[in-house]
Amino acid sequence: MPPHSVPDTRSETPAIPAELERPQLLEVYRYLRLTRVLEERLVALYRQSKVIGGLFRSLGQEGESVASAYALERGRHRDILSPLIRNLGSMLVMGARPIEILRQYMAKAESPTGGRELNVHFNDLEKGYLGQISHLGDMVPVMAGITLTFKMRGEPRIGLVYVGDGATSTGSFHEGLNFAAVQRCPLVVVAEYNHWAYSTPPEKQFAVKDLADKAKGYGIHAVTVDGNDVLAVYAATRYAVERARRGKGVHFIEVKTYRRKGHAEHDDQSYQPKEEIERWAIENDPVDRYVKQLVANGWAEESELAEIDRSAKDEIDQATDACINEPLPQSETALPGVYAHPPAAERLWFRGP
Amino acid sequence: MAEVTFLEALRQGLSEEMERDERVFMLGEDIGAYGGAFKVTDGFQKKFGAARVIDTPISEAAIVGAAAGAAHMGMRPVAEMQFIDFISCAYDMLTNYVATARYRAGLATPIVVRGPCGGYVRGGPFHSQNPEAAFLHTPGLKIVYPATARDAKGLIKASIRDDDPVIYLEHKWLYRRIKETLPEGEIFTPIGQARIAREGKDLSIITYGATVWKALEAADQLAQDGPSVEVLDLRTLLPLDDEAIVTTVKKTGKVLIVHEDTRTGGLAGEITARINERAFEWLDGPIMRVTAHDVPLPYAPTLEDFVLPQTEDIVKAARWLAAY
Repeated sequence: MPPHSVPDTRSETPAIPAELERPQLLEVYRYLRLTRVLEERLVALYRQSKVIGGLFRSLGQEGESVASAYALERGRHRDILSPLIRNLGSMLVMGARPIEILRQYMAKAESPTGGRELNVHFNDLEKGYLGQISHLGDMVPVMAGITLTFKMRGEPRIGLVYVGDGATSTGSFHEGLNFAAVQRCPLVVVAEYNHWAYSTPPEKQFAVKDLADKAKGYGIHAVTVDGNDVLAVYAATRYAVERARRGKGVHFIEVKTYRRKGHAEHDDQSYQPKEEIERWAIENDPVDRYVKQLVANGWAEESELAEIDRSAKDEIDQATDACINEPLPQSETALPGVYAHPPAAERLWFRGP
Repeated sequence: MAEVTFLEALRQGLSEEMERDERVFMLGEDIGAYGGAFKVTDGFQKKFGAARVIDTPISEAAIVGAAAGAAHMGMRPVAEMQFIDFISCAYDMLTNYVATARYRAGLATPIVVRGPCGGYVRGGPFHSQNPEAAFLHTPGLKIVYPATARDAKGLIKASIRDDDPVIYLEHKWLYRRIKETLPEGEIFTPIGQARIAREGKDLSIITYGATVWKALEAADQLAQDGPSVEVLDLRTLLPLDDEAIVTTVKKTGKVLIVHEDTRTGGLAGEITARINERAFEWLDGPIMRVTAHDVPLPYAPTLEDFVLPQTEDIVKAARWLAAY
């Protein structure tokens, strides 16, 4: 056991697990809170019709998103992850700024995609995140190719790709995972069993009990963890990441969690039992559980956490104020950039200047 | 200098690019130890190593998706579809992921997806297809379709060096049928430029791939007593060389578009529309098409030969149009 986790017998504070230290625990908490506050702000903006398209919440899943990303090596040209719509938290961990996400949702000219793409569909490969497309499962083959490149070049980098329980039904998921397994790519797959693929429950999606059972068919290391236990997800991902980095191939982590909001904000969730949502909210909210753990173990003071809450809210307030009145993109900017050459698509004759 | 086949020219192009640029690598089914179903990459794994000539599972979506991921990281992957018919299994990856990557996310995806296409070889419905029309409709992709050994080499080099994703179609009927003496030194065919395969003054045949040779054969036959035929070999289908198309239309005033692909929704329709928009006043007759019939390609020689356009069909159509 490393020296920093030796229990302090005088105060009887339990050791912090997974080789984490107190500042890191607080940093994880900050990302959790930032995710939740940012999404709550987006709901307000959605209701004001400032968000142009749909709004997707990760309420109840912030824990696994933040904790899994936190296990990666971050910085310029380090590990790369590919987030899904409910992995906003993982992007913040990798260095995406809240203002970028606000601008994306509001289709601002200054958004990372210049208003071309929605919500969290954007990337910064230097910081280490590759935006998804809407076709579920497709990022698995792409991340197989990215991690294959790490391996070919002998770079000590790994990739992490998120898939939902529904996406495990796709052909791309199967092809990509099998390809990566055969090539022993340094890839970690985080499969989010959040109980609902839009309105479809697990028993209509697959006939296995755990997604980890599927992974066994690929000859890869697979584990199921409590997705709302932040430190358990961190520890499992850390283990998988380190093994992948050491050339042990693909690792599959199933995180059991629960999608407490609808597929998108418009969704009335009529298919989800109310009691089920309430039970998860009351008994199994990942942020609440994490706070209790921090405080009960003496790893953080409530006042410290309250201060983080305030600063997260301030950050989101400032980001919102900074971009809310920005313009949408100029129409003509729709034409360039389909190809490297030619530089822009032809403006059609009936749209003459 | 020795003559080389279309296939050998393609091999040379691939091999030279692998030697020139260590970022170039290949992935596909049976391309390594076996050297590919048509032996295009025969000996490559021995020469360049298994890490650069990768045998993959039967997973076209993963092959293209992995190529895309590698390309994002600065590599120059060349993905083989064992038969181009199977590119449909990667249609989602190509049209939704690869084609849109630069536009929606600023991601460079310089991949080449290549493979044997085309009929006249009794391959039946699933080893004879021409998939160009399915991808012509997708902004973000480029499509090249060489007809000569020289262009087989020149276009594979251009495709590998291009910063955009390219579908490279190689007609299996041409693989060993076409022989040509290639000049010394670098051969490079720029993407987006058509080629006059034969000069003529009365009528233009616009075509590509295997039917370039059928059009040339037809032009030879017509030279005795029929119209003087110009043959335009498009070489690149996306983007089309509008200037070359308009130039030949203005020269002859009569246009016959020939392709091996089926008729409805085929490339000929798009070319017709462009001529209509850009050179309508120069036309001295209707733009006519000689294409495959609108059926899946059947196996029996009597059926396949009936369905696909033949030299005599082109001769007949050209005579009709010349007399219009």
